[in-house]
Formats: sequence, structure tokens, C-alpha cells
Amino acid sequence: MKEIVEIIAKSLVDNPSAVVINEKEEDNVVIYELHVATEDMGKVIGKQGRIAKALRTVVKAAATREDKKVNVEIIS
Amino acid sequence: MSLEVEMTGKTVDEAKQAALKELGVDSSLVEFVEVVEPTKGFLGLLGGKPAKVKAVVRELSPIEKAEKFLGDIFKAMKLDIEIEKKESEDGTIFNLIGDNLGILIGKHGQTLDSLQYLSNLAANRGLTDNKVRIIIDIENYRSRREDTLRRLAMRLADKVRRTGERIVLEPMNRHERKIIHMALQDNYRVSTYSSGDEPYRKVVIELKRGGRRDYHERKDREE
Repeated sequence: MKEIVEIIAKSLVDNPSAVVINEKEEDNVVIYELHVATEDMGKVIGKQGRIAKALRTVVKAAATREDKKVNVEIIS
Repeated sequence: MSLEVEMTGKTVDEAKQAALKELGVDSSLVEFVEVVEPTKGFLGLLGGKPAKVKAVVRELSPIEKAEKFLGDIFKAMKLDIEIEKKESEDGTIFNLIGDNLGILIGKHGQTLDSLQYLSNLAANRGLTDNKVRIIIDIENYRSRREDTLRRLAMRLADKVRRTGERIVLEPMNRHERKIIHMALQDNYRVSTYSSGDEPYRKVVIELKRGGRRDYHERKDREE
């Protein structure tokens, strides 16, 4: 699952090497904390959060397949 | 991503395989710019040199970038999916073929739309012009959904006509809203418009203002 967040994030940003994902669990939900270079924040959030929403939708679909609850948080 | 590697192996073939593995991309994207056959040393023991290859990944086209992007995601999801490509006037259609792909469609195609949106971003990253447009479809979901929306539009227009009350549809993306507007543009009893902000913008169907519009007026508008 973490791999999927990574594939998507790295495909969107200009600075893929700055992409870091931390994993933590809260109340049975796996949370992926996505860190990207400051100048790439817009590339993973998008206007009105459209990109972030699409990213979450795809990751959640992948999680359903594995019967897991996940979320992605973008950390500035 | 590393774009160039040099690998060695007992045979040229082994070295090539190692290079492909290291680069982690499909062999069609790799060019072997340097191939050195192995040399045997004295009595096959001393001074032998292994085979050596230098592999370079060529620049991917936007469409190839999107293919790789999707391929990587499907691999991570352990989904066995074949991408069939077709050109259309709206862009390149990626038709996904595999088993149990409902999971990639999602509620009202939300997952499919998200995947499509991200693929377009991945394909066009860094481009300002000559952007490509990719449409992702699964088992003709898109045309089936269009039919569903058209039927919904007709049904709701009829209801508006009967009750006189306007109906606000659930939020839809631009493409889906357009299908509703188009389906009812020639309807002379109701009119449609969109209201609200993305991503919650909705289509509203209401009775045409000013009461009845006769048939002839409608004919004029069609020009």
C-alpha cells in the first residue's frame, strides 16, 4: 500500500527523491504521512485539493482489496 | 530513477538481464549502447573478463509514462491487467482488461476518474504544450455510464415537467454534467444549469421560465 502512495507521489512531483512516506496506525486505520519538497506541495494537493482527493481515492480502493482502512495525510 | 547502468555477467545475456532488473523497466524501453563479450582467461582460469553491457533508458513519451505509471500501480496492487490502447478524437483510450476490475471503477466511477486524472498528470508532468489526453475505461464502463446518465436525465426531466418542481442532481464531474445538459438541451419544457463549486458542482433541472415554449421556437434554437 505504501508503495502505491510512493508511485503516485513520485510521478507527480518534480523532485521525486524528496518523497518520504511514514506509516503509522491509529484506531485500526493505517495512515500514510506523505512528505514532499516544499515547492512540490501544490503538485500533490492541487486546486481545491483535487489531486490529494484522487490520490486518496486510489489508495483507498487498493486498501479495500486487502480489507484495510487507510488514509493519506500530506505533511507540510 | 537511474537512467543508465553498466552491468556484468558470465554471458552477455546474463549481463543484459541484470541491467534490466536494475533499471526496473520494460525491455522495450532499454537500449544496450555497449555490449562486450566475455573473454576467457588462460586455461579458462586467469585473466578472464566477464561480459559487460551498458544499458540506457530512453526518454518515455507521455503515453508511455502513463502506461508505466498504471503498470506500476497495478503491480503493487497485484492485479494482472492488460492495457489495450486506442486513439479517439478525445484522446488515447486505455482499455483495461483483466478479472474483477470493479474495484478500479468504484462508486459512480470515482476510482476510475481518479486513476484517469492522476495518469494524465503523470503523463504530462513538466509539459506546458503538446499535452496528451488519456481516457481510462474498463469493460465499456464509460459508455454504459453515459447511457445511464442520459436515461436518468430523461426520467428526471419528465418528473420536473409533471410536478413543476426543480430537481438538483448529485455532484458530478464536468464530463458527466455535460452529458446531462446535452441530453436535455432540446427539451422544450425544462432547462438545465450547473450550480455550486467543484468538486460538488451539481446539475439543476427546472421548468423553462416563462411557461410554455412552443415547438417553433425550439426549432429555431437548434440551428
